Amino acid sequence: MSLSIKDHEIDIVIGALRSDLTSFMSEWRPIFSRFHLIIVKDPDLKEELKIPEGFNLDVYKKPDIDCVVGTSTSTIFSGYSCRYFGYLVSRKKYIISVDDDCYPAKDNKGILVDAVAQHITNLTTPATPFFFNTLYDPFTEGADFVRGYPFSLRSGVQCALSCGLWLNLAHYDAPTQALKPEERNSRYVDAVLTVPARSLMPISGINIAFNQEVIGPALLPSLRLGGEGKFRWETMEDIWSGMCVKVACDHLGLGVKTGMPYVWRNDRGDAIASLRKEWEGVKLMEEVVPFFQSVRLPREATTTEDCVAEVANVVKEQLGSKDPIFARAAKAMVDWVMLWKSVGSSTSSPGA
Amino acid sequence: MVEPATATQAAAPVMPQLKDELDIVIPTIRNLDFLEMWRPFFQPYHLIIVQDGDPSKTIKVPPGFDYELYNRNDINKILGPKASCISFKDSACRCFGYMVSKKKYIFTIDDDCFVAKDPSGKAVNALEQHIKNLLCPSTPFFFNTLYDPFREGADFVRGYPFSLREGVPTAVSHGLWLNIPDYDAPTQLVKPLERNTRFVDAVLTIPKGTLFPMCGMNLAFDRDLIGPAMYFGLMGDGQPIGRYDDMWAGWCIKVICDHLGLGVKTGLPYIYHSKASNPFVNLRKEYKGIFWQEEIIPFFQQAVLPKDCTTVQKCYVELAKQVKEKLSKVDPYFDKLADAMVTWNKAWDELNPPTAGSVPNGKPA
Repeated sequence: MSLSIKDHEIDIVIGALRSDLTSFMSEWRPIFSRFHLIIVKDPDLKEELKIPEGFNLDVYKKPDIDCVVGTSTSTIFSGYSCRYFGYLVSRKKYIISVDDDCYPAKDNKGILVDAVAQHITNLTTPATPFFFNTLYDPFTEGADFVRGYPFSLRSGVQCALSCGLWLNLAHYDAPTQALKPEERNSRYVDAVLTVPARSLMPISGINIAFNQEVIGPALLPSLRLGGEGKFRWETMEDIWSGMCVKVACDHLGLGVKTGMPYVWRNDRGDAIASLRKEWEGVKLMEEVVPFFQSVRLPREATTTEDCVAEVANVVKEQLGSKDPIFARAAKAMVDWVMLWKSVGSSTSSPGA
Repeated sequence: MVEPATATQAAAPVMPQLKDELDIVIPTIRNLDFLEMWRPFFQPYHLIIVQDGDPSKTIKVPPGFDYELYNRNDINKILGPKASCISFKDSACRCFGYMVSKKKYIFTIDDDCFVAKDPSGKAVNALEQHIKNLLCPSTPFFFNTLYDPFREGADFVRGYPFSLREGVPTAVSHGLWLNIPDYDAPTQLVKPLERNTRFVDAVLTIPKGTLFPMCGMNLAFDRDLIGPAMYFGLMGDGQPIGRYDDMWAGWCIKVICDHLGLGVKTGLPYIYHSKASNPFVNLRKEYKGIFWQEEIIPFFQQAVLPKDCTTVQKCYVELAKQVKEKLSKVDPYFDKLADAMVTWNKAWDELNPPTAGSVPNGKPA
């Protein structure tokens, strides 16, 4: 952990889609207990939450959400999107979020991975999106920029988003997991790297961290599948949000890193049962990816809010007529920016 | 503390892949003792040795290898006046080996590179991994967070569009190095003791539109797809710059691969790099390059190839034209280099005339 980052600058936001968080919290206790936690209960979850003692936390349930944003708006926070409410009310600079079916992983030496420390390291060391370093993260111990890396690009840019990975149940879509039901990710890749500028990727919400001051409003609940369910492969909200974040970061000159830390993702759900619901998301990606690859934001968009508003505009114009889901997503993005401004942290500063 | 592998015989494959379709190109000015360590992996393959420096010196090749060896006299004889494009007193001369090869694939390795060990202690068959990389598609249009989706135990992650999952042909496989890392002279001077001990178990495609510093120490490529662009430039004796040969080729091939829809991979395999070159000597060689690259990188980042450049040669000649137009003002060296690029192209076509029924270069057969 960077010595200059204080624990009180960090919030850990957990979206609770399961009511019994006992084993989840117990497993994460060695790593989480120093920090303030925000637990947001999925408004659709009926059972009472079971949370062990000994944590510094705030828990938000449906009535709390209704109180802050109103009952009509609170519907946007159902399912996996409940965590966005946590982002909205957090006042900390750094937010780390993992799914409630993920546990601490062990590295190749059998040592427990401190996912929080790694995410913070990722966020507090520069990213290098303009030129690929073949030794991956040049700021990590034992590595550096390689021969041929231009010196003018070696100071890097601020890292806004850190995307972690998963051992065991990998982040596959339902068709892939259904075809390979036994496959589990056992490969621990000891690397962090910056995703190059203008390269898009499917950002997963399972294990993620970001600098809220710089990119907060771009992590947003907006694309909701008609059949959205309570398993990751029945949603697309994080993939959509991730595209918005990457486009905004590329425009604002901010970095996105991927790689470590790993978390251990528990087996859950039946991929074949989810296949029925997943097709909508799979089909949509065929439109979504080329669309985001073509988005160019105007020079006047100098803040994250501007970027989100611009993307929403373009979504409405270019995708709105193709499928009503996009028109709804565009509106949700606009609403989110307004909500952010009224409830959320102070306006984000322009990218570094 | 990282060590090279010694028990390599045990790791040799029973059936060496692409035995008759791949040449191993090795530039050398000293000796080829390092081949003994690679014997179990390399012996089934044909070697092309490019002897740099004094042609009157005899370079002994360890017995049992099938090889052809070219010294400077041979290069001059074969290319005539066009030999001027091949560097002297620099490992950049290795690209002569690419030109004279008759095979589809090239693997090139430096003579101070040994067999590495993976974290389990097993010897890494670098050639086998390069072949795997080249024979599997690349995915340059969308980044897969689990790295190479075609590797055992991996796949495309959720959100990866199905229409992009077929990938594109892989033109280049760029391997890495344990022990002595490939740093530039200033970094070497500041960190003389740093060793790369991190074995990153990943292969990934370098996204379209992104440049990278290509190192020629441990490199493989498909000659049919990208060979004519693998020119390692004018370096060494009589030239104002050195240690930018592979860099130059890397920027050229990446622009061309991006234009033609071909893939470039980086990551595994690792080799063990044993010899640290003298940082003061390196500084003198690189000095100009360190300043020039500040102009060169934006040039390549902004380079656009016209739609009618549908073959590697056409792309390369166009790139040479743009180098002459836009970089000559940086230094007259680039004027010479642009001419040398054209010379190289002509020499390549002379030595590699299209055969009947061959497909346009840059497209898979």
